[in-house]
Amino acid sequence: MSTVYALLFIVATIVLVLGLARKIVQYAKTPAPLKIPTTPAPVTQAGVVMRMFREVVFFESLFKSTKWTWIFSWMFHMGLFVVLARHVRYFVDPVPLPIALIQPFGIYAGFAMVAGLGGLFLRRIFVDRVRYISAPSDYLMLLLLIFIGFSGLMMAFLIHTDVVMVKQFFDGLFTFSGGELPMDFALIMHLTLVVVLMIILPFSKLLHIPGIFFSPSRNQVDNPREKRHLAPWAKKLEES
Amino acid sequence: MAKAKFETPELSEFVDVPNIEDGAMAHSTCFVAKPEHQEPLNFPGERVEDWHDKAIEKMGDLLSRYRSFRVYLDSCVKCGSCTDKCHYFLGTKDPKNMPVGRQDLLRKVYRRYFTFAGKYFPKLVGAADLTEEVLDDWYSYFHQCSQCRRCSVFCPYGIDTAEISMAAREILASVGVGQKYCNEIIAKVYKIGNNLGLPGPALADTLEGLEEDVYDEDEVAVKYPLDVKGADILLVTPSADFFAEPHVDGLIGYGKVFHEAGVSWTLSTTASEAANFGMFIGSYENMRRISLRVREAALELGVKRIVFGECGHAWRVAYSFLNTLAGPFDFLDPDYPVPQHICEFTWNEIQQGTLELDKSENDDKTLTFHDSCNVARATRMGDTPGGQFDIPRNVIKAVCNNYHDMEWDTIHERTFCCGGGGGLLTDDLMEIRVKGALPRMTALQNVMNEKGVTHMAAICAICKSQFTKVLPYYGMDMYQIVSVHQLVSDAIVLNRKTPPEEAPGYGEDDDD
Repeated sequence: MSTVYALLFIVATIVLVLGLARKIVQYAKTPAPLKIPTTPAPVTQAGVVMRMFREVVFFESLFKSTKWTWIFSWMFHMGLFVVLARHVRYFVDPVPLPIALIQPFGIYAGFAMVAGLGGLFLRRIFVDRVRYISAPSDYLMLLLLIFIGFSGLMMAFLIHTDVVMVKQFFDGLFTFSGGELPMDFALIMHLTLVVVLMIILPFSKLLHIPGIFFSPSRNQVDNPREKRHLAPWAKKLEES
Repeated sequence: MAKAKFETPELSEFVDVPNIEDGAMAHSTCFVAKPEHQEPLNFPGERVEDWHDKAIEKMGDLLSRYRSFRVYLDSCVKCGSCTDKCHYFLGTKDPKNMPVGRQDLLRKVYRRYFTFAGKYFPKLVGAADLTEEVLDDWYSYFHQCSQCRRCSVFCPYGIDTAEISMAAREILASVGVGQKYCNEIIAKVYKIGNNLGLPGPALADTLEGLEEDVYDEDEVAVKYPLDVKGADILLVTPSADFFAEPHVDGLIGYGKVFHEAGVSWTLSTTASEAANFGMFIGSYENMRRISLRVREAALELGVKRIVFGECGHAWRVAYSFLNTLAGPFDFLDPDYPVPQHICEFTWNEIQQGTLELDKSENDDKTLTFHDSCNVARATRMGDTPGGQFDIPRNVIKAVCNNYHDMEWDTIHERTFCCGGGGGLLTDDLMEIRVKGALPRMTALQNVMNEKGVTHMAAICAICKSQFTKVLPYYGMDMYQIVSVHQLVSDAIVLNRKTPPEEAPGYGEDDDD
C-alpha cells in the first residue's frame, strides 16, 4: 500500500510540474501584441512589481470589489500558505528555524483556511449571481480543499498520526529508499485528496496561479508613448 | 425614431444589485453586416458554409496570438467579483450581462475544444459545443458589451471582458457574421476618410462655417484650417465634432485654444477621424490600417506634433496603440509626446499662462465630469498615473467656478460607461443603451439633487451622442451634456487679433 502511495506521489508530482511548466511556457510564448494595462497603471517596471505584489499578497482588486469574498478568499489563501509552510517540517531535516517558529500558527491557519473555504462555498450556493456561474467543478474544487483541510485538522486534534513515520516515508520517497506510511484513515484521505489536487491543478481553473503573473492588464508598464511595443507577428505585418 | 418598446428603468437614490433574470436581454440584437460592409475589411460577405470549423480555427489562431485571450480564458475562478460591476447587468438583470456570464459564453466553447477537462468531462466543467444557438448568443451578448473595462478593475486576475468581446467579435466577423454598424463605418473610413463619410469639400465648407460663426460672435478671425502643409500640429478629432451637438462646440474650443496659444495647426481630409472602430471589432489588421492614415497624413502635411480631440475609445487607440500600430514617430518633434490629448495641450497652456480665461462666462452652469470609460481605464494623460482624471478636471475648474464630482464609486477608475460605447451607438441597440445608462444617470441625478449640478461635461464623442439621446429617457434634458472644450470656448478671451496663419513668417522653419 505504501508503495502505491509512493508511486502516486511520484506521478502526481510529475503531472503537476510538467503540466504547470507546459502552461507557463505557453503563456510566456504567446505574445501580447498591445499595451493593455488597466489604468491608472505604474509607469515603471518597479511599479509593476509593486502592483503585482499587492495583487498576489493582498488581493488588492478583490478588496476593491467585495469585502465578503475578499475576507473569505484571503483567509483561505493565507491560511493555506502558512499551512504549507508548516508542512515543510515533514519533508526537511533539520527543520529550519522560521518553519519551527510558525508551527503554532499553522494550526490557527488551518482553521482560517477551512473557514474561508466554507464561506466561499456558502457564497457560491446562496448568492444567485455566483450560483449562476458555478459549474459542478467549482463546488467540487472547494469541497476537495475543505476535505483536505478538514482531514489535516483531524490529524492535529482528533486522531493523531505518527508524523515521524510520515516523515520517514517522504524522506524515503526522496531518496528512493522506500518507507512505510501509517495506515490511518485521516492520513490516507488527506494524502489521496492532495494527490488528486496536484493532478488536476494544471488542467483546471487553478491555472489562475501562474495566470495572474501573465495577465497583461496587471503586468504591463504604462509607457506606450515612450516605448514602442511590437509583437513578432505584428512586426511581420510591417514587413509585408 | 420609432417609439421604444421597452421600459426605461426608474431612477432611485441607489443602484441596487438586482436578482438575476435569465434571458432578459436575449432578444437584443443588431443588424448584421452586408457583404459590402464585410468585404472591404477582408471578411467573408456572408456566413460561411463551414462556420463551425472556421470559428474554432479562428479561436485557435487568436489563442496563439493574444496572451490576454489565452490567460483570461484559463484563469477565471468564478469568484463572482465582477458579477455586479457591469452597467449592462445592473440595468438589465440578465446574468449573461455579468462580465463572467458574458465571458463564459465563449469560455465554455474554449474549454470544449481546447482543454483536456472540457474535451473529456464537459458537463463537469461547464464546457459546451459550438452550436447555432451559441453563435446567436455570441452575436447578441458580445454586442451588449461596451468594452469599458470596469470589470477588469475588480477582477483579482485583471481579466478584461473587453479582450474577450473583441475576440468574439473578430471570430464572428471572420465567419461572415459581422456587425453592420461598425463594419459599415470602417468601410466608410477606408473609402472617404471618416466615420460619417464626410468628403473633403463638405469638410472644408463646415470649417468655413465655423470660422464665420466664431467671427460673428467674437469678431476675431479664428481659423479652422484643413490640409495645411507645414502646420505645426495635426489635429485628429472624431468626425462627430464637425457637426453634432455638443461636439462641435468642443471643436470650436480647440480652435480658439490653438489660436490663443499662437500655434499653427491643421486638420486633414484623409485622417479626419479620430475614432478607430477596428478596436471594437477586435481586428488588429483593420485597427492598424485605420491608424496608418494618421501617420500618412502627418508625413504628408509635414507636421511636428499630433493632437487628438475629445474622444474616449479614440484616445485609447491613440495613446496606447498608435505607436505600436503606426509608429515609430521619430519624424515628429521629440519634445512632445505622440500623440497628445487636447486636454493635455490646453492644460499646458493654462499652466503657462498663455490663455486668458473668464470663468464667470460659465457661471450659469454648475458642472460635473463624466470620466469616459476608455480614457479612465485604458489610457493616461500627463506624466503621472491618474492624470487622465486630474487634467480634464483641472481644465474644467480653470474655466468654471462651479464644479462638483459625482459619487466616488462612479468616477475615476470606477466610472460607469455611458452605455453607448464599444460599437453599440446605433439605434438598433437602443434598449441596451438606455438600460446600460442607469448607473450613470443615477449618479448624475444624485449630484443634481444634492449639489445643484446642471451640466455634465465629457471628453468623448460617443458619450456625448449617447447622453444626448438617453438623457430624455430619464426625464432630463439633452443639452445637459457638454464638451469640455465648449466650456473652454465660452470662457476663453480672444486677445490675438491676428491668427498665426496670417502672421509674417508663417510656413517657414522656426527655431522653437
